[in-house]
Amino acid sequence: MKKKEKKLLIRIITAAVLTVICIFCDRYITLWYLKLLLYMIPYLLAGYDVLKKAFHGIRNRQVFDENFLMTVATFGAIFTGITNAVRGGDGDYLEAVAVMVLYQTGELFQSIAVGRSRKNISSLMDIRPDYANITDADGKLVRVDPDEVETGSIITVNPGEKVPIDGIIKEGTSALNMSALTGESIPIDVGAGSQVLSGSINLSGVLKVETTADFECSTASKILELVENAASRKSRSENFISKFSRYYTPAVCFSALALALLPPLFLLAAGGDPMVFDWIYRACTFLVISCPCAVVISIPLSFFAGLGGAGSRGILIKGSNYLETLSKVKYVVFDKTGTLTHGSFEVTALHHSPLSAKELLRITAHLEAHSSHPIALSIKKACGMQPDPGLVTDIREISGKGITGIVEGKKVAAGNAALMQELGVDYIDCHHTGTIIHVALDGSYAGHIVISDTIKHGSKAAVSELKKAGIKKTIMLTGDSEKVASAVAKEVGIDEYHAGLLPDEKVNLVEEILRSKTPKERLAFAGDGINDAPVLSISDIGIAMGALGSDAAIEAADVVLMDDDPQKIAKAIRISKKCLRIVHENLIFSISVKVLCLILGAAGLANMWIAILADVGVMILAVLNAIRALFVKGV
Amino acid sequence: MKKTYPIEVDCANCAEKMETAAKNTEGVKDATVSFMTLKMKVEFDEGADPEAVMKNVLSNCKKVEEDCEIFI
Repeated sequence: MKKKEKKLLIRIITAAVLTVICIFCDRYITLWYLKLLLYMIPYLLAGYDVLKKAFHGIRNRQVFDENFLMTVATFGAIFTGITNAVRGGDGDYLEAVAVMVLYQTGELFQSIAVGRSRKNISSLMDIRPDYANITDADGKLVRVDPDEVETGSIITVNPGEKVPIDGIIKEGTSALNMSALTGESIPIDVGAGSQVLSGSINLSGVLKVETTADFECSTASKILELVENAASRKSRSENFISKFSRYYTPAVCFSALALALLPPLFLLAAGGDPMVFDWIYRACTFLVISCPCAVVISIPLSFFAGLGGAGSRGILIKGSNYLETLSKVKYVVFDKTGTLTHGSFEVTALHHSPLSAKELLRITAHLEAHSSHPIALSIKKACGMQPDPGLVTDIREISGKGITGIVEGKKVAAGNAALMQELGVDYIDCHHTGTIIHVALDGSYAGHIVISDTIKHGSKAAVSELKKAGIKKTIMLTGDSEKVASAVAKEVGIDEYHAGLLPDEKVNLVEEILRSKTPKERLAFAGDGINDAPVLSISDIGIAMGALGSDAAIEAADVVLMDDDPQKIAKAIRISKKCLRIVHENLIFSISVKVLCLILGAAGLANMWIAILADVGVMILAVLNAIRALFVKGV
Repeated sequence: MKKTYPIEVDCANCAEKMETAAKNTEGVKDATVSFMTLKMKVEFDEGADPEAVMKNVLSNCKKVEEDCEIFI
């Protein structure tokens, strides 16, 4: 609890105790003004700052707020008490005191609840590094502000410390916990040459890291900035609330005034007893009920909690408005490469070879020893060992066809069908999708290697989860060939695909889908952020995957997935739906309880006790409900 | 130019009032206050001196919400 909150708590408790004492003394005091004086002690103790703020508001022509409502209502109640007493009746001041004490209790609760969730959320996103270790001129390790470390410096990261700045490991091996960045709790093994991102936690060994960026441009700072800015992009519901409260409070105040004046005038005109004080009391009750705090606090709190919850799972949403849009998504358009597939080539099969798989790969890898073509790299990777360039001679690259050479004294050729035809080798065609590398050994066929982009492990589950989350249609766009696209679409379960697209054709297609959908449906585009920035920006909501370390993607997208798991898209949609459901629950619940109580109050069926209990009770329930948006683990 | 300032305020409604007050200050192009992160983001007019403008923003905010603070 903060100092301010502690002070308020003490005030509330003292005021409550004093009120109880007042109730006991009540019957022994006959003079009405003495009684009033007695009750004024707890009243002022509990509510002096409310009164002060109300008068301050009036002075600065900012009249209508909850302080004003509470002040007028309690003054009204005291005034009715005094007039009753003067006319020889029983003056009751307890109500005014109770209203003030309960109102303040509600405020205190609200302040604590908001403070708690603020802390919860910032601890979820606790990736801000406090210091960096550098070696000074004397060779001693010193702690410095990460802001002061220049790009290219060597920093030391001890076990248990956060990596302060992005960089590349020069020395040491360790395991890194990246859960604060990606939501993934399985540690990642790193060694010399691996890239490390700020915000990850070093678990085991001492690392020497050469920084590749300054602190400002490091991942942790970027993410924090994004998270901090998120709350300033307000959703439609939040804007509705601020408009609502602008008109609501004055409207309520004037209705209360009308309630106090019109019925007595009407009764007087009809020749009856005007019951002026009765109607003033009702008007005051009306004011207490109408206090808008429950709505005003719970809606932004729900969104904030939703954003925080999503952030803790590695889903960064750039604003409450996007959270709202996300919940209305009906169409999800995927880019294929890098989103549904890994975007890197891998050897996926070996066919028709008289040699063992290992031997075939070894020979081909040697032939490709000097090549840095993506296909050569994937063969070398599959081979699992570093080829010895000394074993290869007479290398000849035949552009667009393949490569030939002599490996360990044997003539080897590797390439496409055209190369085989040129060499006059009988080859066997492959029905697999992907790039086929035929290999010939001393002029006879030695089988082929299939290299293709592999589908991500979670892609299929992602599409079916999206269906379950109420997505109408999933669409895949790719620049790749029809054959590859249809195979991926079938495997993953995509509804519709478009192959062979150029980047501007992708934009046209997305525009077409945007035109064909109904206005309430939203379209999300998910890509890896590489050369799909135009599509990311024209769709209703752009989702960038695996965006860690890619500035362009973080810039262009509205939702950033820290790792490249496509299932996170469905998760983000489910989180947004949960959050929006909570927002709507709170809106409907608090407004309907208010309206009901307002009617009861105007009709004289609810007294001020019911009014304040309804107000504080609704607020507490709405705030507790809002905090639920933070818990997204099982969503 | 945009700058972000930490603030101190007690209620969501008061934060809303601060936002309006800041927006209406001369030299401020746009302002948003987030009650949840307790931050005020101010976009200044071209050529405005942030320091001088923020002084006015603070005094305007104090007018509408006595119990607030901006850490300039």
